[in-house]
Amino acid sequence: MNKEGQVRIPSGCAISGIFAKDGRNISGEVISNSMTVMHDRSNGLGGGFAGYGIYPQYKELYAFHIFYDSARAREECEKYLEGKFEIANMSKIPVRPSDAIKDAPLIWRYFVLPNHNTLADSLLDEKEYVARAVIEINTKLQGSYVFSSGKNMGVFKAVGFPEDVGAFYRLEEYEGYSWTAHGRYPTNTPGWWGGAHPFALLEYSIVHNGEISSYDANRRFIEMFGYKCTLLTDTEVITYIIDYLVRKCNLTLEETAKVIAAPFWSTISKKSEEEKRHLTYLRTNFSSLLVTGPFSILLGFEGGMMALNDRLKLRSMVAAEKGKMFYVASEECAIRQMEPSLDKIWSPMGGQPVIVKLDNLDNKED
Amino acid sequence: MPINYNLPVFEVIRDPSRCIKCRVCERQCANEVHSYDEENKIMLSDEAKCVDCQRCVTLCPTHALKIRENENRFRRNANWHEATIREIYKQADTAAVLLSSMGNPEPLPVYWDKILLNASQVTNPSIDPLREPMETKVFLGKKSTEIKRDSNGRLITDMDPQLELALPVMFSAMSYGSISYNAHECLARAAAELGTFYNTGEGGLHSDFYKYGPNTIVQVASGRFGVYKAYLEAGAAVEIKMGQGAKPGIGGHLPGAKITDAVSRTRMIPQGTDAISPAPHHDIYSIEDLRQLVCSLKEATGYKKPVIVKVAAVHNIAAIASGVARSGADIIAIDGFRGGTGAAPTRTRDNVGIPIELALASVDARLRDEGIRNNVSLVVGGSIRSSSDIVKAIALGADACYIATSALMALGCHLCRNCQSGRCNWGIATQEPDLVKRLNPDIGYRRLVNLMTAWDHEIKELMGGMGINSVEALKGNRLMLRGVGLNEKELSVLGIKHAGD
Repeated sequence: MNKEGQVRIPSGCAISGIFAKDGRNISGEVISNSMTVMHDRSNGLGGGFAGYGIYPQYKELYAFHIFYDSARAREECEKYLEGKFEIANMSKIPVRPSDAIKDAPLIWRYFVLPNHNTLADSLLDEKEYVARAVIEINTKLQGSYVFSSGKNMGVFKAVGFPEDVGAFYRLEEYEGYSWTAHGRYPTNTPGWWGGAHPFALLEYSIVHNGEISSYDANRRFIEMFGYKCTLLTDTEVITYIIDYLVRKCNLTLEETAKVIAAPFWSTISKKSEEEKRHLTYLRTNFSSLLVTGPFSILLGFEGGMMALNDRLKLRSMVAAEKGKMFYVASEECAIRQMEPSLDKIWSPMGGQPVIVKLDNLDNKED
Repeated sequence: MPINYNLPVFEVIRDPSRCIKCRVCERQCANEVHSYDEENKIMLSDEAKCVDCQRCVTLCPTHALKIRENENRFRRNANWHEATIREIYKQADTAAVLLSSMGNPEPLPVYWDKILLNASQVTNPSIDPLREPMETKVFLGKKSTEIKRDSNGRLITDMDPQLELALPVMFSAMSYGSISYNAHECLARAAAELGTFYNTGEGGLHSDFYKYGPNTIVQVASGRFGVYKAYLEAGAAVEIKMGQGAKPGIGGHLPGAKITDAVSRTRMIPQGTDAISPAPHHDIYSIEDLRQLVCSLKEATGYKKPVIVKVAAVHNIAAIASGVARSGADIIAIDGFRGGTGAAPTRTRDNVGIPIELALASVDARLRDEGIRNNVSLVVGGSIRSSSDIVKAIALGADACYIATSALMALGCHLCRNCQSGRCNWGIATQEPDLVKRLNPDIGYRRLVNLMTAWDHEIKELMGGMGINSVEALKGNRLMLRGVGLNEKELSVLGIKHAGD
């Protein structure tokens, strides 16, 4: 049977997110518990989490989470890393063995900084240097897979039901101001850990529920800009699109949403002249990054989170607030599980991004 | 008189029990096939003149007429086909190059027919275009992903010039001269009503049609007929014609008989002289020369109009397109080997060039590999026969399609492939006033609008079935395509998987 990446696998899913605008610490257990009530939206073939603000002691370093198929793969990959980075700390990611999680690969964590001289020689900016290294490991080093590469954030994922994945990674031992979660319902998969979500590159992490019909149009376009879609999943291509638009093109998140879930031309025609020009500009120049078909995505990034539905809202997604806390999930029950009494709960419109950020971006630093 | 070895190709079958001798057929046939024998009170046929245009059959009020292929056969030979033998006889008679019209009719592969489309089932929903918005609007032109902002951080929204199409189809180049005034009027009015564009071809723009300028693409070809400042300024875009799918590598020849007073004024050449377009542009012997013409035309039109470079699909089309994409052109139009023509040497039409499906697939892939797909839009033509051909073309990587043969069929063309004679009984490929007036522009333009409206509906249905609600998300979306009965090499050139894979 073909591994993920050799074959494209459609999947349905559950997503959930929690964000503290005041920067207070939330235990990973909270997000893990929220997924239990949406158990039936997953089928045990993938679950995962992304937490932000979880590595305050190494917040200036890139935290690489890596799956290895074998000790030999690790040896090879560490040699590659040593050539490009200063490794400040390396260790196995602590796990709690359980019957629910099988066939675990070797799971390692590295806190790294680009090697000063190699970075200077590469003539790349630091983030591009790191991103290229991640893509190189994932496409060229057999048996090694970097599934998390941002600063002060981390992805934890596995084949299994999300709540079991949370327990496996001992998420209760991590605290952060922002968490996203994903439960996967793929229609067929050999159960490869790298194929679980969230999908992350640098600080951006994506959880996604849906099956986009624009996949190959998006993939073939984004691959012009140095990305290589190796997993053939929606989440992977959406992550690259957002990385490209936000990091490389310097679009704001609102503008990014107007590209990915562009308003219909009929809607644009009713806007003011200035807005019409603005929206037409984005939609025309980035036409191949329009994403169609059902999706609800949570984008995690440093200091914020964005929730976005496709423009027809073909996937359920509910958002809520309580004081400084923001919640979002595929189903309301997941939000109520985290906070039974809410100030406000609503269904964001298709194509309308909901963006939350830390009140004071300094708060995230403890 | 020498013996004519070529027997009539067609037979006129007239049912005497139905024929009322109204002589409509006689009046309608510009080739003078039908005549009335006053003495014996019977209709006669000179079948040798028949081209099977179906005009008499269509207009016969009692359906008394049928045209069929002459059943007489030369002795069968698997190597020497009847058509080949006829051509040899013809050339032995005339010492001339064989001429043909319209697209290559030979039984070469049609890849559109070996590609199947996807549809949504279970894991994602199909979308009903009658209930949900479904978008087929397209912008053609260079796209830029370089973001510039003003001092307040607002986006600077200056764009390279774009053509806005309400649907991803345009009418391809057909010159006034090769087709009639009325045919041009139909195309111009239909383009204006549909929100798309028609193309002047290399024959200039008749003064009556300047008012359709916002929906007109003006062509600059090797003969430069009818090209002057006001002409360039009249159009919404300027197309440099480097080649044509029906006759790659050669120019054009409009015989003096078709250079009537109005055609002569529009082309800016003396009445009755042959209009000869050279095979190459004599100021373009290489890619750097093309760049100079692109830039000259942009300079002449104030950088306000996109420049299209039209090339025929030939063997190394991917490399050619890559060069054109770096020449400053905004749009590349590629014309496949089945594209139509008003007249082309038969040997060229039937043996030169490659299928548009393969050309498109390799050009789109090459431009992406080189990271310059955004520099240009791709328009493809050369026998786009239906809305499903268009959907497949866009999924392979086209931005839009050019159609011409199907547009002429909407106006009455029955593909008799005899345009070069200038005696088109349907009033399309002719300059004879009596014939031209048979094509009523009020009816013709409406039929074109109908055809395109129907196709637009069908495109939306097919897209909706795939769960796609905007044509942008279909462009280059090759996972939506599967091949049937294609070999590995064909699949790899097309960049698609086989059905079942």
